[in-house]
Amino acid sequence: MNSFDLTKTTLREVNQKLQSLPADTNEKVWHLTNLHGEHACAVGLTQPIEVHVEGHIGYYCAGMNQKATVVIHGQCGVGVAENMMSGEVRVKGTASAAAGATGQGGLLVIEGDAGTRCGISMKGIDIVVKGSVGAMSAFMAQSGALVVCGDAGGSLGDSIYEARLYVQGKVESLGSDCIEKKMTPHHVEKLGRLLKKAGIEADPKKFKRYGSKRSLYNFHVDNVDAY
Amino acid sequence: MSDHSPFHTPPRFSSTFDQDAIAQIQRAAATGIYDIRGGGAKRKVPHFDDLLFLGASISRYPLEGYREKCGTNVTLGTRFAKKPIELKIPVTIAGMSFGALSGNAKEALGRGASAMGTSTTTGDGGMTPEERGHSNMLVYQLLPSRYGMNPDDLRKADAIEVVIGQGAKPGGGGMLLGQKITERVAKMRNLPIGIDQRSACRHPDWTGPDDLAIKITELREITNWEKPIYVKVGATRPYYDTALAVKSGADVVVLDGMQGGTAATQEVFIEHVGLPILAAIRPAVQALQDLDMHRKVQLIVSGGIRNGADVAKCLALGADAVAIGTAALIALGDNDPKLEAEYQKLGTTAGAYDDWHEGRDPAGITTQDPALAARLDPVKAGHRLANYLAVLTMETQIIARACGKSHVHNLEPDDLVALTVESAAMAGVPLAGTNWIPGQGKY
Repeated sequence: MNSFDLTKTTLREVNQKLQSLPADTNEKVWHLTNLHGEHACAVGLTQPIEVHVEGHIGYYCAGMNQKATVVIHGQCGVGVAENMMSGEVRVKGTASAAAGATGQGGLLVIEGDAGTRCGISMKGIDIVVKGSVGAMSAFMAQSGALVVCGDAGGSLGDSIYEARLYVQGKVESLGSDCIEKKMTPHHVEKLGRLLKKAGIEADPKKFKRYGSKRSLYNFHVDNVDAY
Repeated sequence: MSDHSPFHTPPRFSSTFDQDAIAQIQRAAATGIYDIRGGGAKRKVPHFDDLLFLGASISRYPLEGYREKCGTNVTLGTRFAKKPIELKIPVTIAGMSFGALSGNAKEALGRGASAMGTSTTTGDGGMTPEERGHSNMLVYQLLPSRYGMNPDDLRKADAIEVVIGQGAKPGGGGMLLGQKITERVAKMRNLPIGIDQRSACRHPDWTGPDDLAIKITELREITNWEKPIYVKVGATRPYYDTALAVKSGADVVVLDGMQGGTAATQEVFIEHVGLPILAAIRPAVQALQDLDMHRKVQLIVSGGIRNGADVAKCLALGADAVAIGTAALIALGDNDPKLEAEYQKLGTTAGAYDDWHEGRDPAGITTQDPALAARLDPVKAGHRLANYLAVLTMETQIIARACGKSHVHNLEPDDLVALTVESAAMAGVPLAGTNWIPGQGKY
């Protein structure tokens, strides 16, 4: 087993090692231990390795991830998996604000709750939250899917573009230009596949779908009250 | 009695309701919507023309023009970056996006800047192969929208610029109107074709200087602490913004005044928010000096730089380099009088064209229309930009030598006087013919 004890190795050395592994490395699985909420941990990874973050972690864990699988066995700070391109990031605990912000691909699974602005400005990432998400989630969300098995806070999907939102529980309020949309068999099937991929047990038929009304796509003065 | 009395006074126009104010009211009444345009502030504000160099005299010894060396090189990113940027000239090209500009225009900027040994900067929308391929030194912007943000491009960049704001619209996000959202632009930004694209005004994953410090650390960790990290702000509270950028770990602070251009912003925003660059440089330099960071964290200033005198004045006030945007576009061919007939068709005239957001630029620069974009030859336009950069540099050297400086960075506030009380106060230099600096000491 490959591991780093963060009381003995600096985060800089850890990140440098994980970032510099060759594509054909045999050192596929890594464990990071004795963590103390470090920021920017396991960021900028580019190879299909598996990194287990064994504890609570700070901001931007697994930021800009490409191909790697990062599992956080604890809670995580702001911006987990921000701008992720591919791969998978799984948070066993809860995630703070801006989880998966601007993510362009890959899968982010949060087994606890996520804070405010989950999936803000998401650009293709799929995010599955077993718990609930805070206010302003999926703000200006462009594409990808945000699945919330619990409840969603206020102003969900404000100024949303083409992202798909699925919520099983209550939605406190919808943001500007975000509306409920029909849950067709096609969407049930797609959601079912995504839940299965995320390893989250839930009945896709119990979810409601939300998306863009597309009325604010081109500025028109008649819509000024919506801004 | 005649209606045309010889004592009838000639028509008198109001200074308050001048021609432009009347036209704006009439336009607003007719359309119900505010005016959008490109460019920077057009109103007259205190600027570098209000400053003069003193040159050498009995107490100052000049350097020989055409003979004695006057250095122009600038090193950016000496604080933390393993690989600082080395510019041959103290003039860089400011961030302008592919999307706002055509691919050919971006290529031309890269060609011109590279020929003169300086850098170009990406913009909202990410990095294109055209500009990476033709820019020897390329600064990659991290903007609130994160359109096209890609860690591979981050690693390809020579420096990273975290954009908090810009001079034309501090506190405002960006916009690119539907007519410029072509298939390629839409794909790069992951948006539907033809929509009015909004760029966020706030970063999505950090708020405040403590978070910014962590964000900068993340960028350094992803890029192996190699790249200089710039923080760009619009000129609003330059003392505090500079201090906070330094506190957050910036290698370079970029300060953009209200004359700095935009691709598309509301007229009222451009003209009424932010500071002229003249008023912003000294407070920013003061912040660096108070933190013992002057020349350790470099300062790039922009917004209305036109000639070598402007460059020299910025450097004398304490900047390490300047950035140009609008002037670079003019050098490429924007607002060329040869296109007057086409500007007339657009309801404007050469020298005043600023509808850059509409995508109908006859010069092929601020457009995504393939036919218009093809009008700009990137090789020739790049050559024009290189010429202009060379002139800016030579003019800066002429002034520096006249002031007795063997490097343009040796220019100092003592070399300057001001023509107006306002500019004297803003620049912190004496009113010409006096030793009075308004706001400092006794009258």
